Amino acid sequence: METKLSRRGLLGAGLAAGAAGALPLAAPGAPEQSARGGGAGPDIRGDMPWQEGAADAPFPADRRAGYIYFTAAEAAFIEAAVGRLIPADELGGGAIEAAVPLFIDRQLDGQYGHATRWYMQGPWAPPLKTQGYQSRMTPAEVYRSAIRAIDDMVAQRHGGVPFAKLPPDQQDAVLKGLETDELAIEGVDTKVFFTLRLQNTIEGFFGDPVYGGNKDMIGWRLIGFPGARYDHGPFVDRHNQPYPLPPVGITGRPGWMPRDEDGQPKEVGTKTHV
Amino acid sequence: MSEKLPSVDVLVVGFGWTGAIVAQELTDAGLNVLALERGRWRDTPTDFAPTFAQDELRYMWRHALFENLAHNTLTIRNNTSQTALPMRVMGSFLPGTGVGGSGVHWNGQTWRFLPSDLEVRSHVTRRYGAKAIPADMTIQDFGVTYDDLEPHYDRFEYLCGTSGTAGNLNGQIQPGGNPFEGARKRAYPTPAMRQAYAPTLFAEAAAKLGYHPFPQPSSNLSQAYTNPLGVQLAPCTYCGFCEKFGCGNYSKASAQTTILPVLMRKPNFTLRTEAEALTINRDSTGKRAVSVTYVDAQGREFEQPADLIFLGTYALNNVRLLLLSGIGTPYDPRTGQGVVGRNYAYQRTSFVNAFFDDKILNPFIGAGAHGMHIDDFNGDNFDHGGLGFLGGGYFGVLQTGARPIETHPVPEGTPTWGGAWKKAVAANYLKTTTISTHGGVMSHRGNYLDLDPTYRDVYGRPLLRMTFDYTDNEQKMARYITDRAADVARAMSPREIKVVYRDGSWDVVPYQTTHNTGGAIMGADPKTSVVNRYLQSWDVSNLFVMGASAFPQNPGYNPTGTVAALAYWSLEAVREQYLKSPGPLVRT
Repeated sequence: METKLSRRGLLGAGLAAGAAGALPLAAPGAPEQSARGGGAGPDIRGDMPWQEGAADAPFPADRRAGYIYFTAAEAAFIEAAVGRLIPADELGGGAIEAAVPLFIDRQLDGQYGHATRWYMQGPWAPPLKTQGYQSRMTPAEVYRSAIRAIDDMVAQRHGGVPFAKLPPDQQDAVLKGLETDELAIEGVDTKVFFTLRLQNTIEGFFGDPVYGGNKDMIGWRLIGFPGARYDHGPFVDRHNQPYPLPPVGITGRPGWMPRDEDGQPKEVGTKTHV
Repeated sequence: MSEKLPSVDVLVVGFGWTGAIVAQELTDAGLNVLALERGRWRDTPTDFAPTFAQDELRYMWRHALFENLAHNTLTIRNNTSQTALPMRVMGSFLPGTGVGGSGVHWNGQTWRFLPSDLEVRSHVTRRYGAKAIPADMTIQDFGVTYDDLEPHYDRFEYLCGTSGTAGNLNGQIQPGGNPFEGARKRAYPTPAMRQAYAPTLFAEAAAKLGYHPFPQPSSNLSQAYTNPLGVQLAPCTYCGFCEKFGCGNYSKASAQTTILPVLMRKPNFTLRTEAEALTINRDSTGKRAVSVTYVDAQGREFEQPADLIFLGTYALNNVRLLLLSGIGTPYDPRTGQGVVGRNYAYQRTSFVNAFFDDKILNPFIGAGAHGMHIDDFNGDNFDHGGLGFLGGGYFGVLQTGARPIETHPVPEGTPTWGGAWKKAVAANYLKTTTISTHGGVMSHRGNYLDLDPTYRDVYGRPLLRMTFDYTDNEQKMARYITDRAADVARAMSPREIKVVYRDGSWDVVPYQTTHNTGGAIMGADPKTSVVNRYLQSWDVSNLFVMGASAFPQNPGYNPTGTVAALAYWSLEAVREQYLKSPGPLVRT
């Protein structure tokens, strides 16, 4: 960042002499030391800084196939569990089809999973209901410990069968038990896990596809959300009319939409459920 | 040991809305101004470009523009009998960091307080008698009147280009505006935004019930505008990503879009980023601030001397810096004595969903300050006789953009997941709207800020501790206005409604508002205020404390308009009085 130190300010400072012992603005360290990373700076003077190639674009999810954070057993659990939270049905795909397990895997592998922006210092104490997240574990650790404990509990009750192999109605019963705390496991944050995983599933279903979930914009097309569009101006006062444009994401609209014989997208417009 | 740097005329700590206003005004007065900002430089083309600004996950849920709690947070509890624990994850409020502060991700809702809000204790006493104010309700007059602030509200609205319909021009009530507002000298600089379907339905229903709907005053602009500094703003595109996001289109007023293009080019201004203030240092008399100690990105400490110091950090951080610096007597809730940390307040919110079968509302079309409200139940705009509470709030349909991770309303009785949930979300997303209430919080003896005895930030300093809960007054007020909001919802003829009162204690998890107020309040008496009516420290006359920390209680409006008006009001006194004769502007 360029630094423009000058004493011109003093010359124009008509009132400065009348101010309380006004002193000249001096350089905080020598100019050559004032750039980012050195001296007492970074100091910014003289202009609105702009730097080529510095745009703060998002970090996309790692696009390699397969899981990075989850073990095979954890992946089986998560695939089964998120599939029950948002199932495929006559309206269209659910969390599995939207690649929500992959989304969660990449999130847990990254800053979010490691709680890099959360306050994680002790001491820890049993919280009030109003004090929010108070686990000493990061989200990645919560998933790891809770999945193992829940799978152990399920296996004990169901003759060695893990959660992923249970019939759907029994999976739902386990999930309900976690949600209501009826299946609380001593020493494991099962309720915290349920809350995180439901939130993360919704994030993966409705978040931008750049993060690995919401594949083919399944979530957005289900509800009629047009995504990362920049200008809705023409539609503000078209009251009670279906929005005519299909969704776009941060990385645009790759050619994943089915096309008809004329090469036109088959799904023109979003669903409006009229 | 910290390295001592050469002195400057004016040092501004924190570079959001108030920091930029202070720097602009005092560089204009010819002074050399240095601003310290703990975060980094941010600007529209690099940080909020429209090719990636519309990203709900990154900005709302992963907090990309907000304070990093791993470095500093606060501890929270509802009352003094409890042990405060750290806010480990953000929820209820979302303070920013970096150039522009929280003014980068605000909604642009630009209100003036009611004349009676600014003189609430006197006003209530006059109208209802002194006994109407409960003994533990520590409300006080601001020490400035609406007439004092009117030119400064005007100044900020014309800086931003705020879009709205005047309700009261020089005492004449205007059609289509808010008839309850204080008299304004001239119209808004730009006309109100166009309204989407749901706010229009709300306004029709409210008018049918005899109320007075008007458009939300908006600093997301309805048309192109060039402000008095010569900086241009563009018409809003209603993309629906304001709140919690930076604007990629130069349509939302912020320091970046209204002041910085001029300020940054001035030779007598310097901005120093990644410089986090640790303490304000005083001379041996304790009555004069001499410098600020800060730490840079490499962890090195510096001492920056200055003649005049302005605190312009987030309200909560202003209070913490005063406490960490030992300036002013900390408030003690047992005795009611002391001032720093006193009268912390917040906002009381609730909402009503209205579900339709036959109306396509396209709720994703929106802007942070796009909607229709009524003010019939705000402040003292209605007779409180026999109601058992004071204060109120506005409510209406504020269509900020239904980003679907956060907003996918479902009717009462819908399961929280599974096939039935999915069907309900799909069926209702485009056909549901929400009436939100935005209520004030009266200050209370037990609601305050101090330093936590246990938890520390990355520099080893005590965290701020917040002790806060809604009192009986706020719960009764919220019940009352939420029921009125439900009346309007029913008058919109939906299939069904869902009323969410948010009863119970204040909870840090659900997002409510980033409107934390008080703790360094303004007033007429040093025994009950930290700063005088010009935001000047009673104890240290070359220290001024900007921001919502000055509010003695929090009226039922968003704070930014008043935060900016108070800054301009203070700076007028600095320019016209203090610089000519430095010292206390109010004698005790």
